[in-house]
Amino acid sequence: MEISLNINGQPFKEDVEPRTLLVHFIRENAQLTGTHIGCETTICGACTVLLDGRAVKSCTLLAAQARGKRVTTIEGLLEKGELHPIQKAFWEEHGLQCGYCTPGMILAAHQLLQQNPHPSEAEIRHGIEGNLCRCTGYQHIVKAIQSAAAKMSPPRSASAAR
Amino acid sequence: MAQQYIGQSVKRTEDPRLITGLGHYVDDMKLHDMHYVAFVRSIHGHARIRSVDISAALQMPGVVRIFTGEDCRSIGSIPCAGALEGLKVPAHPVLALEKVRYVGEPIVAVVATSLYLARDAAEAVTVDYQSLPAVVDLERAASADSPRIHEEFSDNIAYTWALTGGDLDQAFKEADKVIKQRMVHQRLIPVAMEPRAVIARFLPGEHELTLWSSTQIPHLMRTQVAIMLGLAENHVRVITPEVGGGFGSKLNVYGEEAALGFISMQLHKPVKWAETRRENFAATIHGRGQIGDLEVAIKKDGRVTGIRYKVWADLGAYHQLLTPAIPTLTGLMLTGSYRIPAARMDVTGVFTNKMATDAYRGAGRPEATYVIERVMDLVAQELSMDPVDVRRVNFPAKKDFPFATATGLTYDSGNYDAPLKKALKLAEYKKWRREQQKARKKGRYIGIGLSTYVEICAMGPSPAMPAGGWESATVRIEPTGKVTVLTGASPHGQGQETSFAQIAADMLGVTIEDIRVLHGDTGVVQYGIGTFGSRATAVGGTAVYRAIEKLLQKGTLLAAHLLQAPKKEIQFEGGKFSIKGDASKSISLQEMALASYTAKNLPVNFEPGLSSTYYFEPKNFTFPFGTHICVVELDGDTGEIKILKYVAVDDCGKVINPLLVDGQIHGGIAQGLGQALMEEAVYDESGQLITGTLMDYAIPRANDLPWFELDRTVTPSPVNPLGVKGVGEAGTIGSTPALVNAVVDALQPFGVKHIDMPLRPEKIWKLLQKEAQ
Repeated sequence: MEISLNINGQPFKEDVEPRTLLVHFIRENAQLTGTHIGCETTICGACTVLLDGRAVKSCTLLAAQARGKRVTTIEGLLEKGELHPIQKAFWEEHGLQCGYCTPGMILAAHQLLQQNPHPSEAEIRHGIEGNLCRCTGYQHIVKAIQSAAAKMSPPRSASAAR
Repeated sequence: MAQQYIGQSVKRTEDPRLITGLGHYVDDMKLHDMHYVAFVRSIHGHARIRSVDISAALQMPGVVRIFTGEDCRSIGSIPCAGALEGLKVPAHPVLALEKVRYVGEPIVAVVATSLYLARDAAEAVTVDYQSLPAVVDLERAASADSPRIHEEFSDNIAYTWALTGGDLDQAFKEADKVIKQRMVHQRLIPVAMEPRAVIARFLPGEHELTLWSSTQIPHLMRTQVAIMLGLAENHVRVITPEVGGGFGSKLNVYGEEAALGFISMQLHKPVKWAETRRENFAATIHGRGQIGDLEVAIKKDGRVTGIRYKVWADLGAYHQLLTPAIPTLTGLMLTGSYRIPAARMDVTGVFTNKMATDAYRGAGRPEATYVIERVMDLVAQELSMDPVDVRRVNFPAKKDFPFATATGLTYDSGNYDAPLKKALKLAEYKKWRREQQKARKKGRYIGIGLSTYVEICAMGPSPAMPAGGWESATVRIEPTGKVTVLTGASPHGQGQETSFAQIAADMLGVTIEDIRVLHGDTGVVQYGIGTFGSRATAVGGTAVYRAIEKLLQKGTLLAAHLLQAPKKEIQFEGGKFSIKGDASKSISLQEMALASYTAKNLPVNFEPGLSSTYYFEPKNFTFPFGTHICVVELDGDTGEIKILKYVAVDDCGKVINPLLVDGQIHGGIAQGLGQALMEEAVYDESGQLITGTLMDYAIPRANDLPWFELDRTVTPSPVNPLGVKGVGEAGTIGSTPALVNAVVDALQPFGVKHIDMPLRPEKIWKLLQKEAQ
């Protein structure tokens, strides 16, 4: 079947098997391999992408379910060639080791900060519980998200003062 | 050497590609005309294969060829390097022949033009099994009347091994008390986030096989796969791109690697196989899996004078690379960080109808640390002493180092009271003891647990390592002055591209941007051993250090010639060779490199070029140590364990990059707590793996873990010039007993002495209910 969707601002029109998973469409048809496959069962979150701005696990969605929608993958997070503040924070705070969970983790953090620009530590831990990391023990990831939050939007007290 | 980088929290140079999704793991690569492999695997724990019918599968679209065990008979056995006396080594074919011996054992390899079509066809293969009684329970497996897993052997006992030191009879004769306890170290599943993956490409013209594999040991794999396939080793190349975590599970040579190579050689096409998570659970090595009976001789003042530990080790159905060797590491570290004059460990390694156990983060040492740290708390409970005091009574003093243990090791350096003291302060130990008393009066259960661990790292001196324990480095100054470092210690997330560049940059007086660290390609890098056993920096980093020393000696000769001064008057500082006391005459590394390659004006008999290679052989292991303190509160209604505080003060010798060291500690603690709290690989009585997915096998999520408060003490190792000890496994080794000790401590009012892991809420809840009645 023919599937059209938009990935990172680029239109893709491909003839694929109806059963093609979104993650395979992204990796094989769009040749964007930053979206990783960790479990094929929606548990680990390595395959997390944004679908019309919402974080979804692309290993258990059909590409057909994304027809006509906007997909953002880790490759699409750069803004004018510059690292997104969350990417930068993961680098600065050593929020990754092997890097396999990282693209999904960054996109999960992206959604979290969209919904809650000033999350507490507990809210961050809750917000990324659908993404597994086996290397970091999560602490540097939490720090990275805290640091990105502070840079992306001014603290509550400051905005109140304005 | 000016230390601009060493000791600094330098941001990792590998990260820009990883945070943008531009790194390449094996499954990210696609070769022209590549075919895909799917394996048909055993659904039985133990069965005879009556027949395999591939006829329907062969008719499926896209199917190129199907390989059975018969087709692969020419491939050598999957290797085992653990050479123990009297070890039974069963044949371990890459595809099962007459029998299957664990769920997940590969039987058939299907090759098709796409991944989906390969998996479709694999579904259409029919295997007719005659199911056999599965051997699951460890002690029953060891008994004489158990069904046999390998008919060629008289029983399921793969080996027995003992380590003994000191006078145990005397220790037990003179003991004031003897403590007995059974302890279980449950089977664990490593769960690296990237499952294994292999691409094989055989070029018939060059007669060259290239394997891209997610492994910790590219060179050892090249050697072993060449042997298995009967290829000349110099016609096999192993490339290890990004590796998404290993934790020991990729310190191995698996059947799939040789099978893919073989298939590519048959088809003259590149072939890929990327493991599914389910395959990863069933058919990538597991860890731990020991049951041990303990007897401890103690004196009234808290001194432990002797330990006997009799262990059954669950090896699984076959040996993987280091399977039988892992429990021996438990024996070596049995006396922990204590002056215990007599110890004996007896291991019975037992075949069971399960996946092989092998090196999983810590590999045998977490078992030892768990045992000895539980012992310290059992002694404290028995004698009504503070667990801190029991530990202090048994510590060797700082002046006792190098310290010889009853198990035959010499601990390189140590000062065990220093991290203990720091951790007690950081954790507010005394305050928590008071809180605990107050809480108990209110019916709340707070517990405080300690672990004052020591571990054996920087593996290791070659006599103790099956394939050699050295590591290699080449440091090359390119004609433009850029520096290339080739390391044999192929990393899988540790950050050696950064930490090794820090070492090289400081020694050469260049920036880390001028350095490129290459690894994981046997076609590019000189032979190396790999990254495991907390060895990369202590052994591989030292190889870089020594290679640069050697390079600078050569540079000094050329500088003396070019600057027209005697060799002894040449100094190297800030990236420049100059004449001592005469700053006006100098030559930069870059100028020197160019001069050495263009070779117009070289000293007599001077070899052109500016590079050097060093193979560093350590004279001993290193022994990092530290104190972890965990404070927990148990929820009386739900049995949940809430971690109120977690403090870790580790001493891994000198530190190259504090940020990376902290990351290793955090991740290590998370895995250790995973074992203590939730992880357990479970096979049912028929040998089915019932924890075969991430739904059934829990690993810690972000909200399962507390904030870890870290600090350090620094006791340099005398084993290497960098003074580093290694840190990859410390967190895992130190944390598990700290948590369990805390929970048992919380349950002290009920007289609970020991609980086996994992400490899931229902276990705690049941205990609390029972005690409440």
